[in-house]
Amino acid sequence: MALGIEASLGESVLTSKLDEIINWGRKYSLWPYVFGTACCAIEFMSTAAAQFDISRFGAEVVRYSPRQADMLMVCGTITYKQAPILHRIYHQLCEPKWVVSVGACATSGGIYDNYCTVQGIDQIIPVDVYVSGCPPRPEGILNALMDLQKQIESNSILIDPQARHKDFRGILDQ
Amino acid sequence: MNDTALTQLQEAFPSATCTQVIDTAVLDVQTDDLTTTLTALKENFGCDLLLDVTGIDYLTYPKPPQKERFRVVYTLRNWRDNLVVQVRTGVSNPKIGLPTASSIWESANWGERECWDQYGINFSGHPDLRRILNHVQFEGHPLRKDYPVDKRQVLMESDSLEAPLKARLASKDTGHEAMTELGTDVMFLNIGPAHPATHGAIRFAVALDGETILANVVEIGYLHRGFEKLAEKHTYNQVIPLTDRLNYCSSMMNNIAYVKAIEKFANIEITERAQFMRVVLGEFYRILDHLVCLAAAGVDVGGLTNYWYLYDEKEAAYDFISKLCGGRLMSTATRIGGMYHDFHEGWEKEMEFHLAAIEKGAGDSQGLMEKNRILQDRMQNVCRFSPEQAISFGLTGPNLRSCGVPFDLRKDAPYYNYDAFDFDIPIGSNGDVYDRFMIRYEEIKQSIRIIRQAMKMIPGGPVNVNDPQVHLPKKAQVYTKIEGLANHFKMVFEGVHVPKGEWYDGYEAANGELGFHFVSDGSGTPYKCKVRPPCFYTLGSFPAMVEGSMIADAIVNLSCLNIIGGELDR
Ligand code: SF4
Repeated sequence: MALGIEASLGESVLTSKLDEIINWGRKYSLWPYVFGTACCAIEFMSTAAAQFDISRFGAEVVRYSPRQADMLMVCGTITYKQAPILHRIYHQLCEPKWVVSVGACATSGGIYDNYCTVQGIDQIIPVDVYVSGCPPRPEGILNALMDLQKQIESNSILIDPQARHKDFRGILDQ
Repeated sequence: MNDTALTQLQEAFPSATCTQVIDTAVLDVQTDDLTTTLTALKENFGCDLLLDVTGIDYLTYPKPPQKERFRVVYTLRNWRDNLVVQVRTGVSNPKIGLPTASSIWESANWGERECWDQYGINFSGHPDLRRILNHVQFEGHPLRKDYPVDKRQVLMESDSLEAPLKARLASKDTGHEAMTELGTDVMFLNIGPAHPATHGAIRFAVALDGETILANVVEIGYLHRGFEKLAEKHTYNQVIPLTDRLNYCSSMMNNIAYVKAIEKFANIEITERAQFMRVVLGEFYRILDHLVCLAAAGVDVGGLTNYWYLYDEKEAAYDFISKLCGGRLMSTATRIGGMYHDFHEGWEKEMEFHLAAIEKGAGDSQGLMEKNRILQDRMQNVCRFSPEQAISFGLTGPNLRSCGVPFDLRKDAPYYNYDAFDFDIPIGSNGDVYDRFMIRYEEIKQSIRIIRQAMKMIPGGPVNVNDPQVHLPKKAQVYTKIEGLANHFKMVFEGVHVPKGEWYDGYEAANGELGFHFVSDGSGTPYKCKVRPPCFYTLGSFPAMVEGSMIADAIVNLSCLNIIGGELDR
């Protein structure tokens, strides 16, 4: 039985906290921008294809412009040559935005400990979720998505979501 | 190679030293004779395919074969007569370097650029000697032995590509100067690398008249992750996982090509069963590679349905691969002297199941695409390439065959009993994008034929050689016998010892000739391991292919060439 204001307005209206309703909306409509550079991107293709079907999590609207996306998925090795491009794309993303580092290379350089590979994208941009594996299985990528959804649940409209990274300084931030 | 070829070469080039290494003829020439030798080989010996150009740095090599620190090697192929020739010359001063070969073969352009970038060897007269794999602010040359593997250099800002694009435009007679009179101007546009149609790691800049491309330059190296430098720091078997990540759509084929090259030089005869396994798995991965290419190419022309048809079969094949290799994408399934392990029980039935599914899926997809008017209009007569152009640019594999050149290593230089199988080599008639696309459907059918025959012929027996110097001993021996333990220890720490020498070996991978050029100092670690990736030279021809066409044509062309970043940039 409805109580309070709902009782007087009928069953077509639900009351909730503004925070909750916004977070609910956000977490089920993350729009990914896939920064796919290498092998891990092939596993993202599997995640998006029929068997694993990322649309079950509301994140199937893969965007090809950072201006239309709020979740950056970095799938693959980032080299020093690629780094300025990743940096720029990150800053072009809409706010609030989240970053998932998919695979060992994006997370730590992976097996490429050498002169041309960035040893983890968190030297360039802030990261919210890391996925292990070389490459991670599609389940791993989906798990990261669920982790991110949990993080989003604790957001509040009273706090600027980007404030969590305000102290971040990467090697390309001069 | 037959013996007469070697004698003929020696007679034709009396001042050169002519030797034979496996089935390659090696000519050591003086720098002054280089250009004439290369030209004569092309004109008189039919070596019209320049496979690769690479340098060697002998700084830390025990007892180097020459007094100069650097050497440059040109690897050529006469594809009609199955003759591979390597021309080597010492470089006394890398700053002065060598005369360029880019006026003889178009493919020398990118090959020499890479050699300059990685080794700092100059090529005088080269039209466009810039860095290719490393970034513009990079200092030094990473494959030199005195460049530390972990000396990292940060790039603060990407190259605008303005200078090379303008230079290319100026070098062409496009009549664009007249455009200003019409009150219009050339437009410059950058595409990629973070663009969905460039698949993540390729960037190109174009000068446009409306939508027509007047000049184009391609920038690569965004996925250069130092494979060749890393390989010098690992034992031969430890490099196998790194080879997975070259062409990650067909990892098994890289594994096979890599160990095949080593086994050939070290004279390791693998068992019959292992050979058949490599045929079955190699062809299976060729199919998977083509499936990804066809699926992605469909998406790039707006046909998403096709993607679901083809990707479904690839996804299903992962079940089989996981059982065999333990992972989905990366196989790491070969070892020097054989395979990691044998097939699992009941694999024949599973394989046949997948083959039937692929036949159906690819057939459905071909039915959708073949007679599709939109597809035909987008692809037919677009970006045509003649056989001569294709060879001069060093194209191999399906991209070369689509131009009408019937060259396939499986037929022309058969290995692993390929001559015992009954299969055809599909070739194109037009050399356009449509041929490059459709030829992959046909190759899938031929690979299925080969697998079915190989499955009937595969013998039983072990999959590894029984040689403690090559293969790890059985665990039972390691735990009970001191020799077993010692062998195991030596194999793991020192690796397989490969005799001193330098050699090249090629393999017909999904995208063309995948070659490995090794220098061994006799230890268990390669002194140098250079890959000849098919994609690298294919992409080198891209500007010549697309100039004069529209942007949309360039996009479909790129996806039908099937450029894989991992092997392109290594
Ligand atoms: S983590 Fe492994 S699979 Fe992913 S990009 Fe790096 S090497 Fe490739």
